[in-house]
Amino acid sequence: MLELGGVLSFDDVELEVAPGERIIDGLTLEVPLDGITVLVGRSGSGKSTLLRLCNRLEVPTRGTVAYGGRSAGDLDVLALRRQVGMVFQHPVRFAGTVRDNLLVAVPSAGDDELRRVLARSAVDGDLLDREAADLSGGEAQRMCLARTLLTEPQMLLMDEVTSSLDPDARRSIEELTLSLVDDGMAVLWVTHDLDQAHRLSSRVVVIESGRVAVPDEAQRFLAGASDDIDPVTGEAAS
Amino acid sequence: MSTTGIGWEGLAASTVLVAVAVGLSLWRGLGLERTLLWASGRAAVQLTAVGLGLGLVLAPDTPVAWAWAWVVGMVVFAAVTVRRRAPEVPDAFALALAANAVVVVVSLGVIFGFGIFPVEARTIIPLGGMMIGNSMTATVVAARRIVGELSDKRSEVEARLALGQPSAEASRPYVRAALRTALTSQIESTKAVGLVFLPGAMTGLVLAGVDAADAVQVQLAIMYLILGSVVTSVTVVSLGLTHRLFTPDHRLVRLIRVDA
Repeated sequence: MLELGGVLSFDDVELEVAPGERIIDGLTLEVPLDGITVLVGRSGSGKSTLLRLCNRLEVPTRGTVAYGGRSAGDLDVLALRRQVGMVFQHPVRFAGTVRDNLLVAVPSAGDDELRRVLARSAVDGDLLDREAADLSGGEAQRMCLARTLLTEPQMLLMDEVTSSLDPDARRSIEELTLSLVDDGMAVLWVTHDLDQAHRLSSRVVVIESGRVAVPDEAQRFLAGASDDIDPVTGEAAS
Repeated sequence: MSTTGIGWEGLAASTVLVAVAVGLSLWRGLGLERTLLWASGRAAVQLTAVGLGLGLVLAPDTPVAWAWAWVVGMVVFAAVTVRRRAPEVPDAFALALAANAVVVVVSLGVIFGFGIFPVEARTIIPLGGMMIGNSMTATVVAARRIVGELSDKRSEVEARLALGQPSAEASRPYVRAALRTALTSQIESTKAVGLVFLPGAMTGLVLAGVDAADAVQVQLAIMYLILGSVVTSVTVVSLGLTHRLFTPDHRLVRLIRVDA
């Protein structure tokens, strides 16, 4: 199994998608691979792209993304993606039943394993034969989480996973994520909801224009949103 | 006048239908009169030029190598046409060139290898043209559908990639759907042949005075070969395009969606 090491690091990372159009621009950041690290920032600041750099759905045009000091570019990309699972903003349902969806991750998985991972994601095991298209938004997102957990990742990338859900479903996903963290999972969580960021973690990083915000920018972004988040460090005040 | 010729008078008479089309366009306000006249005139010029060229290539003392050169020209021109009709498909020219080249090698290999037709200029050119022409149309549909499917279903494809699926596996359901669409029209044409329309080769042979039973045999052989050629060409295109649309490290490249 691919070992990720203790830290995910971004060293002067740039991603230019067209001449002069840089989505990530000189990003340097270290993320400990334990607990939850929350990335916040305005829409279009590059938060989601930063996540996609972590599992190499994007590769930097300059700089290095590394796990435990090893460049992600030197790792087996398919093994990396199974160890760094990703849940997307909108639930992605493949054609077919919940079982069909889960088997995309691990085609050889038996029903017992599928029910176990569904239970871990707070999805009723009786829904295995339900068409994925018939699930509610919250159920579908939890099914997507279960599908990701089937590959037994060491780290989860959560890309605004609750933004399209109602408050109850949002809270359910947050609680599930916290319980996964209690079991040792590392999570990189992207949100624009500062209250949610505060609920989830003491590590909050503000992203601005494709890089970590300088203190003044972070202060402006965080000011007024939550008195409990340190406007300079971006960390929750204890 | 020979039994197969219609003469200039016959050709002139057939333009009455063009006049009818132009008249209908005027009557219904379609605004297609100039296009109809341009298309009809262009077809006349092109076919006349082709006829003159064919006359030279098909002359009894012309080496058969010229016929093969003609086929190579058709392969290249078909690739140019595919690139023009499918601008959003990356490397469409190279893909179509490869697909048509494979089609020519396979189909003409079968035709001449099994002795279905003799290796002569008068068989090489029309048979090559039919295989390439039909494959070209299917290639355009397949290539555009594959790019369209992967563009529309990008989130699904990337969700599969994020689960650790290799690009070939992640793209398979969407490429399969695109290929089914591309092949359906050829399969439907094959099923409807004889019931709804009489295909070109058979019609030509019957008009040329060939016995209907013989014409049917020729037509069936050609239809089966076309069917095989079309499936071959879209398979080559799908393999090449899937390879082109993903990076070696299993990322889907950025795609441009152009509505048909």
